[in-house]
Amino acid sequence: MTDLLKSYRFREERQGDWRRLDLILTRAENDGVKNLTDEQMLALPRLYRQAVSSLSVARSISLDQNVISYLESLCTRAYFFVYGARTTLGERMMQFLRRDWPASVSQSVWTTLLAAFFFFGGWALAFFLCLQDMEWFWTFHGQNFSDGRNPDAAVEYLRSTIYTDEGTTGDGELTAFSSFLFNNNAQIALFAFALGFAFGIPTAWLLVYNGVMIGSLYAVFWDKGLGYEFTGWLMIHGVTELFAIVLAGAAGFTIGGAVAFPGERTRLASARAAGQKAATTAMGCVLMLIIAALLEGFGRQLINSDTVRYAVAASTLVVWLVYFYVPRKAPDA
Amino acid sequence: MTAAQPPRPVNTARRPGISMEAAVQRRARLAEEMRAAKMVRRLVTPEGAAIRLKLASASERAGAFMIDIAVQWAIVIATLIGLSFVIGALSPGSANIAFAFWLVFFFFVRNFYYIFFEIGQRAATPGKRILGLRVASRDGGRLTANSVLARNFIREIEIGLPFQFALMGGDQSGAWMALFGLIWSGVFLLFPIFNRDKMRVGDLIAGTWVIKAPRAKLMEDITSTAARPDISSRFAFTPAQTQAYGIHELHVLEDVLRQSTSGIKAQVAARIRAKINWVRTEGESDLLFLEAYYAALRRRLEQRMLLGERKSDKFDVR
Repeated sequence: MTDLLKSYRFREERQGDWRRLDLILTRAENDGVKNLTDEQMLALPRLYRQAVSSLSVARSISLDQNVISYLESLCTRAYFFVYGARTTLGERMMQFLRRDWPASVSQSVWTTLLAAFFFFGGWALAFFLCLQDMEWFWTFHGQNFSDGRNPDAAVEYLRSTIYTDEGTTGDGELTAFSSFLFNNNAQIALFAFALGFAFGIPTAWLLVYNGVMIGSLYAVFWDKGLGYEFTGWLMIHGVTELFAIVLAGAAGFTIGGAVAFPGERTRLASARAAGQKAATTAMGCVLMLIIAALLEGFGRQLINSDTVRYAVAASTLVVWLVYFYVPRKAPDA
Repeated sequence: MTAAQPPRPVNTARRPGISMEAAVQRRARLAEEMRAAKMVRRLVTPEGAAIRLKLASASERAGAFMIDIAVQWAIVIATLIGLSFVIGALSPGSANIAFAFWLVFFFFVRNFYYIFFEIGQRAATPGKRILGLRVASRDGGRLTANSVLARNFIREIEIGLPFQFALMGGDQSGAWMALFGLIWSGVFLLFPIFNRDKMRVGDLIAGTWVIKAPRAKLMEDITSTAARPDISSRFAFTPAQTQAYGIHELHVLEDVLRQSTSGIKAQVAARIRAKINWVRTEGESDLLFLEAYYAALRRRLEQRMLLGERKSDKFDVR
């Protein structure tokens, strides 16, 4: 009985390398890849392959539970490290801004048009209904609508909500309000994306609902002869904000369409491919809403001229359209 | 747990010579092994080796989520308290701006907490790290940033929606709407329980799943002491004695040796001695006996395994 077990000898010969791999992985996981020395980086693939082959041998010759579970955990960790993504956060963000985001938007033109149709359809519906009969406003907003901007308000009051007068409002108050609106809008945008997977039906409802809300408010101002001024007030940030909401809806429809009509692929694979693309769009929507909130919080308070407001609105529209839809050269890898 | 092959269906019918109680226990154990095997997915690496991934159970996922929620709330409340101290010293205008920034910060904590951690090297939020879980791509490829975004943006309808419907309600038809909405959105919340891969809706859309990735420690080989010449000469087991048990009992013995108290070791030693008719010699400690018997049993079982015979447990006689 003096000779050692085969499985024990096997382990004795290799455990030094296993421990080395373990150490490198622990270091990379805790302190990041950058803290590995060149020597460790070079050793990693060899140690990984050795651990994987050790695992398959150990399964067939060893009954030591601890060795096998250790090797399984080690190989799993090493596999995810070796085959995991190695780009830094900064690189990913650049890639997102330069390529992924505009690509994901420009590839979904039809769903964007569909989302725009629902949103502006809701808008137009509410607008014309309210112009015919202002009672509709109360139907849409409910009787306990607390905002003062309603059909009963005086023209002067409505006008005062559009322009910032010196000293009427605290300078920070509106900033707080616009960040509240950002939270609200961003949450709606993410909802519109996420709900898409129920065949896009809740997304469509959400778009129509938000369109109705704005459309009916628009009708109030239009009715009092403030249409031109209100458009400037709304569109200085609204171009960015409403574009973001429509794109979020488009992201939802992309998923919904992929789930409903998977085509050649399985429903799961189709949902998955669409989900990745749509998530990029949704992420972009959050960025757009941040920009919109800045325009709303600062731009709108500082700029009180209608012409300048229209100019800002038009230029943001041009910037977004160029950014998303003008084809660009494929970057050289 | 980590038997090299998934448990093959064993004839669980009662065999002659097995007591009723033992048969019931064995059947329960085999059923448990089958259940565990259902949570295992094979991943073949490009090197051609198979790695077995164990899926995280729904309860582990829920536990990790609870921890993450607690961390998020801690961040939100701590910053709010900090803010309330700072605001006292500010003018009303800048206090409002500070609050505005906090609101945006709140949004990012709510939605990007998970994304921030899962995009990192470990692909796990603090809650998942504590429970030894991580997110992985279902096809075994790399976990892309887009997948992480997708799976976490969807979280909003799984958790946020039922919550909102639960808070809704009130007047007239609103309550009915809320109830209907709650049931509808509850489907998303409970989705992971009702599918084989324990996927959330977000996992489904993003093509991911959550697996166990615990860190195991490599411990001393138990046979290393038993291999010392002075000990191995003292314990010479006959072939019949080393045939008394199978792989399952070997693994149980390993657990006993690695983890249990000396009292339990003494009981186990007494039972094994009785089973194999081993006469206790002068000055023989329970620990030494168990280690020596473990070494002898493992040697025997490993030899048989090399010849293609896996004796799964003590009832497995051919």
